[in-house]
Formats: sequence, C-alpha cells, structure tokens
Amino acid sequence: MTQKTIREALNDALRQEMRRDNNVIILGEDVAGGHGGTGVIDAYGGPLGVTKGLIGEFGANRVIDTPITESAIMGAAAGAAATGLRPIAELMFVDFMGVCFDQIFNQAAKFRYMFGGKTRTPMVIRTTIGAGMRTAAQHSQCLYHMFTSVPGLKCVMPSNAYDAKGLLIEAIRDDDPVIFFENKLLYDHACDVPDESYAIPFGEANVVREGHDITIVAFSRMVHIAEEAAKTLASEGISVEVIDPRTTSPLDEETILESVEKTGRLVVVDESAARCGMAADIAGLVAEKGFSSLKGPIIQITPPHTPVPFSPPLEDAFIPSAATVVAGVHRLLK
Amino acid sequence: MGSDKNKLLDAYRRMKSIREFEERIHVENTTGEIPGFVHLYAGQEAIATAVCKHLKDSDYIGSTHRGHGHSIAKGCDINGMMAEIYGKKNGLCAGKGGSMHIADFEKGMLGANAIVGGNPPLVIGAALTAKVQGTDGVAVSFSGDGASNQGTTFESMNMAVVLQLPVVFIFENNGYGEGTGCDYAVGAESIAQRAEGFGLPAVQVDGTDFFAVEAAAKEAINRARTGQGPSAIEAVAMRFYGHFEGDPQAYRSAEELTQLRETGDCLKIFRDKVEAGKHVTKADLDQIDQEVKSVIDSAVKAAREADFPTKDDLLTDVYVSY
Ligand SMILES: Cc1ncc(C[n+]2csc(CCOP(=O)(O)OP(=O)(O)O)c2C)c(N)n1
Ligand SMILES: [Mg+2]
Repeated sequence: MTQKTIREALNDALRQEMRRDNNVIILGEDVAGGHGGTGVIDAYGGPLGVTKGLIGEFGANRVIDTPITESAIMGAAAGAAATGLRPIAELMFVDFMGVCFDQIFNQAAKFRYMFGGKTRTPMVIRTTIGAGMRTAAQHSQCLYHMFTSVPGLKCVMPSNAYDAKGLLIEAIRDDDPVIFFENKLLYDHACDVPDESYAIPFGEANVVREGHDITIVAFSRMVHIAEEAAKTLASEGISVEVIDPRTTSPLDEETILESVEKTGRLVVVDESAARCGMAADIAGLVAEKGFSSLKGPIIQITPPHTPVPFSPPLEDAFIPSAATVVAGVHRLLK
Repeated sequence: MGSDKNKLLDAYRRMKSIREFEERIHVENTTGEIPGFVHLYAGQEAIATAVCKHLKDSDYIGSTHRGHGHSIAKGCDINGMMAEIYGKKNGLCAGKGGSMHIADFEKGMLGANAIVGGNPPLVIGAALTAKVQGTDGVAVSFSGDGASNQGTTFESMNMAVVLQLPVVFIFENNGYGEGTGCDYAVGAESIAQRAEGFGLPAVQVDGTDFFAVEAAAKEAINRARTGQGPSAIEAVAMRFYGHFEGDPQAYRSAEELTQLRETGDCLKIFRDKVEAGKHVTKADLDQIDQEVKSVIDSAVKAAREADFPTKDDLLTDVYVSY
C-alpha cells in the first residue's frame, strides 16, 4: 500500500467517484482558481490543494469555480442534488456557514421529511475546521456539533487518511446531505491508503487503541491528542481505550457503550464546544444508557466557552492538549 | 497655499505610512513571528486615504480581511495595530483579534472583517444610527470585487436605498478575489454599473489616482452627509502582493506582476503629479519617507518587545460581565 496524506486521499476519492459517475460535480470558490486571471487555470486547486488537477481531467463543466457567494453555492448544490446531480460543494472554512446556513439547515436538511419522503438530496459539503493556525475567531471553529443537532444532515469527520478516503466515497454515494469536516491541521497527516476505491460505512466507530481502565471518545484531530495522552498514561500503568466515532450523525452508540461497560470510566475530548457540544452529547448518552457501569463522573475536555482567540498563548490554552487530557484522567482516577 | 501644501503632505504621509507598514510586514512575516494570515493592502493606498480624508472620527468605516490600509487611513494608532498583528496584549484588540480583526471604535473603525461580505450590513447599521440619532454622521463600507458578489452586499445596497441611509459603498476592484479574476466572477459590465441597478448613484474611478478617488469620494460623502442618500464608488487598483502572504500567485502572469509597480503604483503617480505642481518639492516628500520609516521601525520594535496576553485573558470579555 502507498502512504498518502489526507489531502491526497481526499483527492483520490474525488477523482475516483467523478470517474465512476458523471453526475458527480464539484463547486466552490477557487476549487480550480485562475479563471479571469493572467496566469494559469488550476492555480489553487482548492484553497488547501485538495481538488488540484481535477479540472484538468473533468473540465470546467464539472469542476466549477463560483463567485464568492456561499448561499448560492449551497442552495445550488441542494437544488442540483434534488434534481439529479450529486454535487460536492466546497465551503472553504466552516465558519462561513454563517453566510449560507438557511440553504443547508432549512432547505437541504428538511426536503426529505418535509416533502413526505418524495425527494433525495445526495449532496456533500466539504469544509475545513479547527483551531491552531492563529486565524482567530472567524476562521478556526469546528461547529460540527451544530450540524449534528439538525435532523436530516449527516456529519463526518475523519482523523486519518485511510478514513478520509473511505468516508468521502461513502459520503458521495450517500443519498442524504452529508457535511464532511476536514481538520486544517491534519491535511499532511499520512498513513497507508489503498489505491483502489473503497467505502467506509457511516455510524461505525473506529477503536483506535484498545484498553481496559478508561474509555476516551475523541473527534477529528482530538483523536491524535487522545492517543498522545493514552501513551503517557500507559507509561503510568493506565490502560486507555481510544474511540473515534468518525461520524457524529449517525453515531455508533453501541461501540461507545460497550467500551464504557468494560472500562467503567469515560472521558470525552471534543474541540467543538463547551456547551451543547459533542462532549455533552456523548456524556448524556452514557449517563442515560451506561449509568450502571460508570465508576466515576464523566469528564468532558473541551475548549472554554469563548470564541477562538488569535494570540498564540491564548489559542494554545484554548485547544485541548494531551496534558489537559492526562490531567482529566488523573482527576477521574483520584 | 500653505493649507494646500499641508493637505498634500498629509495625504502622502498617510499613503506612505500604509505602504511602509505593509512592505515591512511582508519582510517581517518571513521571520515567523507574525501569527496567522496577513493580507497586504499595498497598491491600493490611494483609495483608503482619499476616502477617509473626508471622514471625521465620528464617521464610521467597515473594513475587510485586507484592512491595514483602511485602519491607518481612519486614524488607528500604528503602534496598537502592529502590536495586534503580533498578537500582543497591548494591541488594539488586546491580541484577541489579530490582523483580520483590527478595530478601534473611538476612531469610527468598526473592524476588519474575516467574512467576505461581512461588513456591508454592519455599515448600514452604523448609518442607521446616524440617521435615527440625527447626527450628520456618514458610514463607509469598503469591499473587494469578490465581496461585491456576496448576497449580503446586495441586500445592504438595496436596504440603504430603501431607507435612504447616509452610507457610501466603496468597491475596491483589485482584479482578483483570491485566485479568481473579477472579470470571471462579476457577471455585470462593471461593479459600478451593477450598483446603479440598485438605485445608487455610482461611478468607476482609477484607484491609483488619489485625486480621482478624492473627488468621487467627496461628492458621495457629501451626498450622504446632507441627507441625500447612499452612493457607490468602484475604484480600480491592483494589489501588489498575493492574496495572503505566502500565496504563490500562479493565477497572475509574470508580466502582470512586473508591470504592477511600473504602471500602477499610486504613490509614484501621486509624487509625479505633485512634484510637477508648485506646492510640494521632492525634498518634502523624501523627508516624509524618512519620518514614516522611523515610525514603522519603532512600531515593529515595540511590537516585538511587547508582552503576550496571559492565560487569564482567555476568559475575559466573552460578555460585558466577564
Ligand atoms: C464568506 C467568506 N467566503 C470566503 C472567504 C475566503 N476569502 C477570504 S478573502 C477572499 C477573497 C476576497 O476577494 P475580494 O473581495 O476581491 O477582496 P481582496 O482580497 O481582493 O481584497 C476569499 C474568497 C471568506 N473569508 N469569507
Ligand atoms: Mg479583490
């Protein structure tokens, strides 16, 4: 197998699905780049390089650069999806959801139910998330918790390149609207990725590391933070099981509950939100359905209830770190 | 005549301050000490300067991700700006905002804005304040050619016309929104022509010509100030640098990049014009160059030496109460 970065794995997935199905199109800002300029076309290939080279193979009819106009991008994707295409709309940063939320949560998400099961909206919104790049309050959020709470939307957040490829292929083939959250800090993260096409079903958590003292559930980049913490804790003789749900909607409740049944202790590490976020959601699930196996309180490791700050020392303190996870585990074991 | 001379020298000082500020950040950014994204305004200095020349501290502007020039032109403290860009506690936003969020409400600078199309609705709100409170205040929205396509911008233009708000929409057409050309992304003949369709008096001017922008801005701002409603100006001038620092700019030809500074440098154009006139000498302008350089030098030095905020600052100012 070849080592590929998440960026390359996503490009693979897009290319293979576009070859397989002519109805798959990509639209967004600078997904190619260079139109109307004096230089070359495909100058960007997506602001983070994920769609590079696709316009060369599939042409401007299927790899579509739009004006800066997110409501129209998302609405066009939803409308095209409902009428026969399988659009992949790119939203450069999840923070820009603010500009186009209506088309996503009032329109695309609700068609199926509101129209009595008569429609399918097979669209994917690819977007980037995550703090750590010093890009301040309007370019650093995660926000997947908000979309997870909307019935009708599926939410996917890969933590490694293998999952990224398989989950994106699944997302493109899925007949419901899917939001695909890519962590900006993970694009260069590499692992073995098969060249051939494969899909990973939604709602199946990945047990990243097996253990028996503590269950840590973590999302996206926080999976790596949890693994780092697990290594430190292992050296202290504490055995940690790390679970990456991979999709928050649908959510693999079973894997989480089974793990907590085994370990009796739960820590959730989530970068999305201190209030009403995924940490609170998983804690609620386990408090309700796994209460009898708990040997201690559930610990939620999240950023504080503040916007993302710009200054490096503040942003570093904002993002959950391996050290805060280790401290959380110590608190739980005390 | 003395006052004419001073006005010209003031304008030059402002423009040169912006240029020097940006050129210096371009260099300092390579040291890794400046966190995050920076978008430089070099090449467009005449626009912000000529517009803000007609504004008072009590007037408002809303800016963009490319906001350093607007901030300097509106009178924001250069040391406070530089400290903010370095993420320091004494920065204009206490290090919490950075380059894309510089704001100073005392100067009527309502914030750089990292959301494209984020400011026009806010700016018409500021104009509404002026209208409801019966002041003669004016609000100016700076947007790029890319932002001119955003729904929020269209909605704001329409509402400004409907409510006859004292607002001016400045569209800085620098040819590109990120890596996509304006000619591709703007469906209309021009941004000004489209604004006209909303019922706004609109003109297109050469944004490298300080005097052309100054004249158009004077008329539009005066219209707003005297209760005659909103206007729009499209000012055309290319940005010298990439979209952000580090942008390889493959969407621009080598020829375009070399021509920029030869034919589209608003500072050179200004100098040539005023040096040919009778009020200002080359020596006057050279002296300003020297003074500005030392202002920026000391701003960088102070910003580098200033303290970062501490962890405690993370939890303050989420609300008015904490
Ligand atoms: C809502 C939103 N969409 C996209 C972006 C990403 N983005 C930042 S600046 C920019 C280009 C803006 O172009 P323009 O308005 O012409 O301003 P310029 O950069 O040329 O000054 C884009 C697409 C953003 N910040 N916000
Ligand atoms: Mg532009």
